[in-house]
Amino acid sequence: MTMDTRRCVGCNACVIACKTENALAEGTSRDWVITETAGTFPSLSQEIRSERCNQCSRPPCVDSCPTRASHIGEAGVVLVSRNKCTGCKACIGACPYNARYVHPDGFVDKCTFCFHRTKTGALPACVEVCPTQALKFGDLEDATSEVSRLLRARRHKVNRPDSGAKPNVYFLI
Amino acid sequence: MSKKYTRREFIKISALGTGALAVGSGLMTDWWSLDRPSIEDPKTDGDRIVPTFCEVCFWKCGVLAHVRNGRITKLTGNPNHPLSNGKLCPRGAGGVGMLYDPDRLKKPLIRSKKRGEDVFVEVDWNTALDKVAHELKAIRQKYGPEALALFSHGCGGSWFTQLMKAYGSSNIGAPSYAQCRGPREAGYSLTFGQSLGSPESIDIAHARCITLIGSHLGENMHNTQVQELAAAIDAGAQLVVVDPRFSVAAGKARYWLPIKPGTDIALLLAWMNVLIEEKRYDVDYIREHATGFDELKAHVADKTPEWAFGVTGLEPKLIRDSLRLIASARPASLIHPGRHTTWYGDDTQRARAMAILAALLGSYGRRGGYISSSKMPIPAYSTPSSTHKPRSPADRPKSGGFPVADEVLASGLRQASIPGTAAYDIKGWLVYGTNLMQSLPNPKETIEAIQHLDFIATIDTMPAEICGWSDVVLPECTYLEREDDLYSAQYQQPFVAIRQEVVPPLHDSKPGWWIAKELAARLGLGAQFPWHDARVYLRKRAEAGGLDWTRLEKSGVVLGKRTPVCEEEGLKPAFGTESRKIELFSAELKTLGADPLPNFYPPEEPPPGMFRLLSGRSPVHTFGRTTNNQLLLESFPENEVWINTAASKAISGFGRALKNGDKVRLVNQDGARSMPVKVKVTERIRGDCVYLVHGFGHTSKGLGRANGRGASDSELTTRYKTDPLMGGTGMNVNFVRIENHEG
Repeated sequence: MTMDTRRCVGCNACVIACKTENALAEGTSRDWVITETAGTFPSLSQEIRSERCNQCSRPPCVDSCPTRASHIGEAGVVLVSRNKCTGCKACIGACPYNARYVHPDGFVDKCTFCFHRTKTGALPACVEVCPTQALKFGDLEDATSEVSRLLRARRHKVNRPDSGAKPNVYFLI
Repeated sequence: MSKKYTRREFIKISALGTGALAVGSGLMTDWWSLDRPSIEDPKTDGDRIVPTFCEVCFWKCGVLAHVRNGRITKLTGNPNHPLSNGKLCPRGAGGVGMLYDPDRLKKPLIRSKKRGEDVFVEVDWNTALDKVAHELKAIRQKYGPEALALFSHGCGGSWFTQLMKAYGSSNIGAPSYAQCRGPREAGYSLTFGQSLGSPESIDIAHARCITLIGSHLGENMHNTQVQELAAAIDAGAQLVVVDPRFSVAAGKARYWLPIKPGTDIALLLAWMNVLIEEKRYDVDYIREHATGFDELKAHVADKTPEWAFGVTGLEPKLIRDSLRLIASARPASLIHPGRHTTWYGDDTQRARAMAILAALLGSYGRRGGYISSSKMPIPAYSTPSSTHKPRSPADRPKSGGFPVADEVLASGLRQASIPGTAAYDIKGWLVYGTNLMQSLPNPKETIEAIQHLDFIATIDTMPAEICGWSDVVLPECTYLEREDDLYSAQYQQPFVAIRQEVVPPLHDSKPGWWIAKELAARLGLGAQFPWHDARVYLRKRAEAGGLDWTRLEKSGVVLGKRTPVCEEEGLKPAFGTESRKIELFSAELKTLGADPLPNFYPPEEPPPGMFRLLSGRSPVHTFGRTTNNQLLLESFPENEVWINTAASKAISGFGRALKNGDKVRLVNQDGARSMPVKVKVTERIRGDCVYLVHGFGHTSKGLGRANGRGASDSELTTRYKTDPLMGGTGMNVNFVRIENHEG
């Protein structure tokens, strides 16, 4: 996934669409918006990011999971099997991105890149709704995909590159 | 919160989850893998998808409502709809929270104690409608039908407008004019002979430079405009943002001009000065299309950036550099007209200055500037014509005034409810879809006006504060549970969209068309509502307009023929002014005794220790109407008062610098006190003003979630400065000090 910080206005449509698409429990969300401002008045700069699970290639959450509920699923998406999760929160501590939370029913929940949609070829709900088209989803392995093209064309970064987790959400700057 | 399982329970749960699969699990090497990883499908795709259009704000985007087992699970953007293009803003996506809000108005209510005490009894619809009809008959008999006023916001208001016309009153006003976009409409109309309307006919997508003056596009989420803004930025368009606050848009701008509030006209005049002085304006365009250039040139000759610096606080170099960027992109250099433009009472003149600047850039009628639009003609449903010719609206003072207003002033109708102030008195109010306690400035005046009324009824979906002041409250169902009139948009791509009932009305709520029709029948005006139901009405209108009804029903929208919208497409710029030219110098204003060219008049300074109160929008909320919506409030639960970091260190009564999350009260120049509100200490605002997102600080006990969250800017707007040209209520003229909530 790529997230274009220049296009994003931080409107939260991604957050709301995720809530309804995934029928999230009241008060929980799988994605969120960060606004960072630097400088002092009037010399300021600002970056807005829509953030979620980075679906890391070396996910510390999976390594830390004692029940193998957290696992790397099809197409490299990091998933949590609810029926195997005991809610021990080891993964929550291990995640460098604070992307996980305990569902009121006791299991740990997080973004799935809308796996139930993407496996049928649909886009994740946050990508589909985004009025600024700041979010793009596709196959990073495929050099012809839009996300690969964007990564070649634009300066970009990942969050916490030091984590060693090899995150797969790229921020275009 | 986490639930603990014993191993035995765990296996049982797993087996339940996977059924027969567990039986053959002997081949697995460890018991944790008894079941395959199962990934939940939240099952929110509809078994039925109904296209309709949104009413969470006034932009009216096309949505697809997914219905599963009779419940709306989600709303997505309609890809065929030109305003949504398959995308929604957060409010549109969260509209379902309004439908299932447990605090909705559920039954008709009749007041049982003193007006304003917010004590009601639940009644059935017959009792409520009979009561309203009885009161409206009494008003008609006693004072004539014109003594009834309708305050309205949103599409559904059209049914009540029809009712008012049948009843015989033209006192139909919406706060969206005199409290919002009115000055802009007047200023552009005076200059180009045409107002802008909604959606505004501007071509953000093709602009190479976009200048925002006090508009915080991106925080005000006009879906299509934000889509275009993002596309334009991606295509390399530059932004110039004039705002006392470092808005989201300012964060993307090449130049941010942190202007002293109230001095925009000075900046605009200085920009014109440089534009003309350096001959960067569109000489040919002005020669061909405009009148009054010489007067303008002379008028701005001494309005140098150095002069403006002393007034606006903006460095002359910044004024020059930003103007040069703006000019370099012309004609695809868009001076965004803004929308909420009632700030200082001279707002029509500021809109004039913006229009004149747009003209000098040659951007009116050109790609990337102001473009043309068209509308599909849909004939009105024919009803018997009324023999009663209503008196003109009572929204102007006895002595006259507001000569260039071209819509009814909601604030003027309020004023006319104070006996003896207008040509005749207003004695009854119908309030549809607008919480007048927040949408009109100075709620005290609203309360005073209400106390003079014989009758007030409110039609709404939520128990907003205005309901508490009403005699009868009629619970309307939400936009997802009803039909409303066809929406034929005036837009670059003309289209007609349909709103249709997705799920039947919940509780004992009813659609507006039904309420209006039932009232009409009781008032002897049934002939004006000759159709059986709204669907019959819609179908007849659609077919009279030559639309394919089945297609409209199925796709939610029918597109019209797109015609050329700008000179680049072969449409010559045309102007609706009397001279058929752009009126840089306004002969009309001169005749009216007003400034024919905009002048800068310094605003009042904040008293020592006080800040100018500014307000704006959150992308997640529409006014105060969404603040009880669970889905939306999770992202933005309360407003905060923004205060500059340096200024926060010098607030007395705290014994220390303010810090984020401190609870304070704002107290204005007239002693109005806000509810407690959290502080946001930030570099993102000037030190002479503070900022609140509008729509918070609800006091209605019926709003279980919104009640008590944040502060109401409306409560603090006890003063407003009325625009002498069009009656807009300039509201950025209040000053507040910050008081320790604990102290």
